[in-house]
Amino acid sequence: MREPQAGYTEEFEVNMGPQHPSTHGVLRLLLRMDGEIIKNAEPHVGYLHRAIEKICENRTYPQCIPLLDRFEYVTSMSTEEVFCLAAERIAAIEVPERAEYLRVIMLELNRIASHLIFLGTFSLDLGAITPFLYCIRERETIMDLFEMTCGQRLTYNYIRVGGVSQDIPEQFMPLARKFVDTFQARVDDYEALLTENPIFLARTKNVGIVNKQVCLDYGASGPVLRAAGVEWDLRRDDPYSIYDRFKFEIPTGTVGDVWDRYMVRVRELRQSNEIVRQALDQLPTGDIKAKMKPLFKPPVGEVYARIENSRGEMGCHIISDGSTKPYRLKLRGGSFCHTQLIPEVAPGIMIADLVAMFASLDVILPEVDR
Amino acid sequence: MRLELSPLLKIIGDWISSLGLPTWLVDLIEMCGAAAMVMGMAFLIILFLVWWERKLSGHFQQRLGPMRTGWHGWLQTIADGIKLFQKEDIIPKTVDRKVFYWAPVICFASSFAAFACLPWGKNLWPTDLNIGILYIFAITTFVVISLLMAGWSSNNKYALLGGMRSAAQIVSYEVPLTLSVLGVIVATQSLSMVAIVGAQEKVYNWFIFRQPLGFLIYLIAATAETNRAPFDIPEAEQELVAGFNIEYSGMKFAMFFMAEFLNLFLVSAVAVTLFLGGWHGPFLPSWLWFLLKAFFIVFVIIWFKWTYPRLRVDQLMEFCWKFLLPLAFLNLIVAGFLFR
Repeated sequence: MREPQAGYTEEFEVNMGPQHPSTHGVLRLLLRMDGEIIKNAEPHVGYLHRAIEKICENRTYPQCIPLLDRFEYVTSMSTEEVFCLAAERIAAIEVPERAEYLRVIMLELNRIASHLIFLGTFSLDLGAITPFLYCIRERETIMDLFEMTCGQRLTYNYIRVGGVSQDIPEQFMPLARKFVDTFQARVDDYEALLTENPIFLARTKNVGIVNKQVCLDYGASGPVLRAAGVEWDLRRDDPYSIYDRFKFEIPTGTVGDVWDRYMVRVRELRQSNEIVRQALDQLPTGDIKAKMKPLFKPPVGEVYARIENSRGEMGCHIISDGSTKPYRLKLRGGSFCHTQLIPEVAPGIMIADLVAMFASLDVILPEVDR
Repeated sequence: MRLELSPLLKIIGDWISSLGLPTWLVDLIEMCGAAAMVMGMAFLIILFLVWWERKLSGHFQQRLGPMRTGWHGWLQTIADGIKLFQKEDIIPKTVDRKVFYWAPVICFASSFAAFACLPWGKNLWPTDLNIGILYIFAITTFVVISLLMAGWSSNNKYALLGGMRSAAQIVSYEVPLTLSVLGVIVATQSLSMVAIVGAQEKVYNWFIFRQPLGFLIYLIAATAETNRAPFDIPEAEQELVAGFNIEYSGMKFAMFFMAEFLNLFLVSAVAVTLFLGGWHGPFLPSWLWFLLKAFFIVFVIIWFKWTYPRLRVDQLMEFCWKFLLPLAFLNLIVAGFLFR
């Protein structure tokens, strides 16, 4: 042991997580600290590894869907969508129009729910406790809508290969319309609490900057990429489903700091709301499921489908050997790539900034750990 | 007819002295009686404040807050207290036992000791020190030592960071806090709490009107002193899990918890005494006025907590030294000219 000298300080290591309030699940960050300043941060992942991809190889296609709900449980709808999209592309199935609209409504509502969770936990990580409860209040309506449609509030098993599991009930439309009409004002409420608050600005402006180059190098996507100023949204740039029929803007930031990422998501809330409104207006009548054989058996083939998840690009790569089960299934999620940004950005910032930065990436650990 | 407490106490006091006991015994009895009353009052205030904060936070967040225990959950704090009392008192192996043990005691005792100087109502104060305000600020400074002790002795890195943060923060904010009060002292020419209240008999004499800037500085610095949001960085949950009290459980934790609420009430009570005319007010009994005003300040501080995000540790220091302190000096200079 070294003798302490005058003016002699020592770096120390802190294990942040896996049991820590702001690691959003089970991320473990090994921090090397000089007082409050981080010298080095090393993420350790895998605490929630459930081998989802491997288990899927032993399940038939419809059986995969409930399991994939657990892959990214904050936006389960999008995991279902990307898997079904890939399966439909292999088997060349046309999805009926009404089903496509229902999917878009559910996907966008789920994106709103996910961004609300982001907004809540993000403000919570900055020490503002009240916005969290406000966000949960609005999310509750969305959960109710999902519950009345498919009976589930979190893991839906709603989007199926070739369509959706069931049609929306009668009481869905009035509640959805009411939600869509009031939601913009609710977003104004959140913004009144946070956006222009000087403390909030001090905590987020020019903090945890992830610039364009770093984003591209690390394969960042979604709001993180858009906050850095890259206008890239798969809903517009690689349209899937029927997204080319809706008018919406793609919000972008400028520098890629925490505030930009927050702002991009808040503006996306409004855009998603508009998409839901348009979809509700245009919703046609018709079938909700394509005519298919009872046993889903795609031909031999390989396909990669990708969608714009609330956390970036979500992809599903399926190799089919012609049986009822996928031969290989590979999932891609935004969170996994964004977790890798932490060691890049963390050195030199303070522990409070790391918390803000990590929260603004909106990483969801089950998706990272698979 | 106002229901004042001081005549009642005087009757009891006269009765005790009429029993023919030796003088030292009478003094002792009266001292213990006063201490017991203040302690009882302090515990009642804690019970109420914990419930009130939970209730208020609930309503700020569009919830109901505690509802199950008693009418609108008024028994909640008692239930919490019983729970904490029954908890196993865990002392981790690696802690510095003595320091670990004494830290919550010192924290609670120093907050509580400051109550001795508060003028609770007309002729109703445990003691009137002629250095009253100085005594209060001096004795509450012990809280820093206890937090540092807790953080250091826990042998936990998060606790240490929390303890260090609180030491840096409280010591820094002590400076503008004291300076903001100096304006009032310059005006009254006295450090005695009773004399300061005496100088604010009429509403237009209240120091909030004569020293508005001083009041604001005091309120901000006091919020920081009590480690409340937006200055709650010593126990910033999202960064340090729980800060200095991370290793504490059971009654030791409860001591920190109670001290926090005692401190909250204390800074509010001092604010009332210095700036809001103390127990002066029409119609209602004086002690009720005092409590009402104090609880109003508490309400404002709780309101801060449930509205604002938290500052970062360096921003906190910057705000204190670069903004609050010059402002406090300015206020003092102005006060010096005004009350010459």
